[in-house]
Amino acid sequence: MRKLLLPSLLAAALAACSTAPTETTAPVADTKPTKPAEVTKPAEPVKVDPLAALKDPNNILSHRSVYFDFDKYDIRVIYQPMIEAHAKFLVSNPQLKVLIQGNADERGSREYNLALGQKRAEAVKKAMGLLGAKDAQMEAVSLGEEKPKATGHDEASWEQNRRADVLYSGEY
Amino acid sequence: MTYNRKMLSRRDFLHTGAAVAGLAAVPAHAQLRIEITGAGARQFPIAVAAFDGEGLLPRSISDVVRADLERCGLFRIVETGPQPVGETAKIDFGNWKYRGADAFVAGSVTRMADGRLTVRFRLFDTTKAADLGGLELTILTEQFRYAAHRIADWVYEKLLGEPGVFSTRIAYVVKNGRQYQLQIADADGQNASAALVSDDPIISPAWSPDGTRLAYVSFQTKKPVIYIHTLATRQRTVLSNFKGSNSAPAWAPDGSRLAVVLTKDGISQIYELRADGSGLRRLTQSSGIDTEPHYSPDGQFLYFTSDRGGSPQVYRIPAGGGDATRVTFEGSYNVSPHVSPDGKTLAYLTRSEGRFRIALMDLASQQVQIITDSDKDESPSFAPNGRLILYATEVGGRGVLSAVSADGRVKQRLSGFSGDVREPAWGPLPK
Repeated sequence: MRKLLLPSLLAAALAACSTAPTETTAPVADTKPTKPAEVTKPAEPVKVDPLAALKDPNNILSHRSVYFDFDKYDIRVIYQPMIEAHAKFLVSNPQLKVLIQGNADERGSREYNLALGQKRAEAVKKAMGLLGAKDAQMEAVSLGEEKPKATGHDEASWEQNRRADVLYSGEY
Repeated sequence: MTYNRKMLSRRDFLHTGAAVAGLAAVPAHAQLRIEITGAGARQFPIAVAAFDGEGLLPRSISDVVRADLERCGLFRIVETGPQPVGETAKIDFGNWKYRGADAFVAGSVTRMADGRLTVRFRLFDTTKAADLGGLELTILTEQFRYAAHRIADWVYEKLLGEPGVFSTRIAYVVKNGRQYQLQIADADGQNASAALVSDDPIISPAWSPDGTRLAYVSFQTKKPVIYIHTLATRQRTVLSNFKGSNSAPAWAPDGSRLAVVLTKDGISQIYELRADGSGLRRLTQSSGIDTEPHYSPDGQFLYFTSDRGGSPQVYRIPAGGGDATRVTFEGSYNVSPHVSPDGKTLAYLTRSEGRFRIALMDLASQQVQIITDSDKDESPSFAPNGRLILYATEVGGRGVLSAVSADGRVKQRLSGFSGDVREPAWGPLPK
């Protein structure tokens, strides 16, 4: 889990392509950690895109979602490695920005759920900030219960929707 | 008494024909007026006969009047049968009294030379064999529902001494597939029309106190932004589009400003600004979530939801900002506060045993009563006379609107919608 290709490899990769990364156009529609990203298959070893790490299913950076308990916004310990990885990635890539989208399950008040989603997103942002990511690199927003990933009306769906996603530029 | 007469005269100028002679003759309706004491209130028995000539209309106007009166929970409809009774017919008071009706409504529909229709009715006190007055309304055929609501309002006010709300309107959001519509309908859910159609979520519609504008939150720009929509012109302007999220608009009772929830300084906090979007001022300073502001009708207080104490509860602050007082204590989830028009009762959403239901708190005694019996209720709002609470609930995995009388005894599902309906807001009395 902890094995990261950071930071020396990335620094080298960044130095190799001096201009802004160009292969960032393919949007990741589905942020499910289990789904392998198709972008990796034509990878040419010559040009290493730092963003490829984000899409490599074997890399912790491909994990983007933090899940929460009902009416809670404290981050469970199991998500700490993932949050550390993203924070370090942002530190090593100061030109990168993330949008952190908070979500809530459908139960209860829509406005309260909007606020709850915001607090979940803020919790992730704050945790990454403490690990060195710059404020200007991160924006926390909430979708409340308005954009459910799972559309069922049961606990299995609700737990999928109590979530904050870390999205990089080009992914939202 | 003066209050009632004023209310009536305010409405009377609207009538094209002035068949209100009975009104002046019978200024005191105390004999028919009932005391409404909340829980256990008696229902007023009334018979509404089919109107003479109502076959000229697409639907029975007396049906709409009966449905209005019955739905509000304060009337019991005494069966009349299909026989029409015109307002000039000789009324058999003894018979209606014997059948249990303390009041009787008779009326007629006639076509005028220009094609418009004249609707007349009179209200009678069967116990005193007295004519309590009536109205004459000139309408286009398609306005018959409006005429029926006006009649029901007139009867309601005459018998109960407070304004009826049948000719008010409601706003709500319908989700159909991926499309969202902000709709406005009559208080009974009929005559719906879309004020806004969008591919992105719409939440939290709020009526301006004069009923001419709606504030709401749209995710159209991929984040929550507050707009104000003028109904007559269909024109909309951005009220609040600060960094982060902008949501939960609530109008001050004088319409001059709104309380809103912004995250521009971090987590959700309450701010106020003028209705033109200027003069932003922060009202709450907490380390938790503060949201869902709602002004008390006298404009003195701002009720809101906050989790500053560890769980979401209702608090209030002076409307200009200041120290918060906790209002709800029972349970671990009390949100979406709305104060009744008389300022005495707080409606809110409460969670207990995993169920989300509407609760009422008597603000003086702090006594709480849960008045709904479903699992997923949301968004309570009071009718402008305080007698009904409109809310969203779920039936078969689909959102629907329901209304419950403030004593919890009568519940009515509003029908006629297609799609998933949510976020209802009851509009003010017509000015």
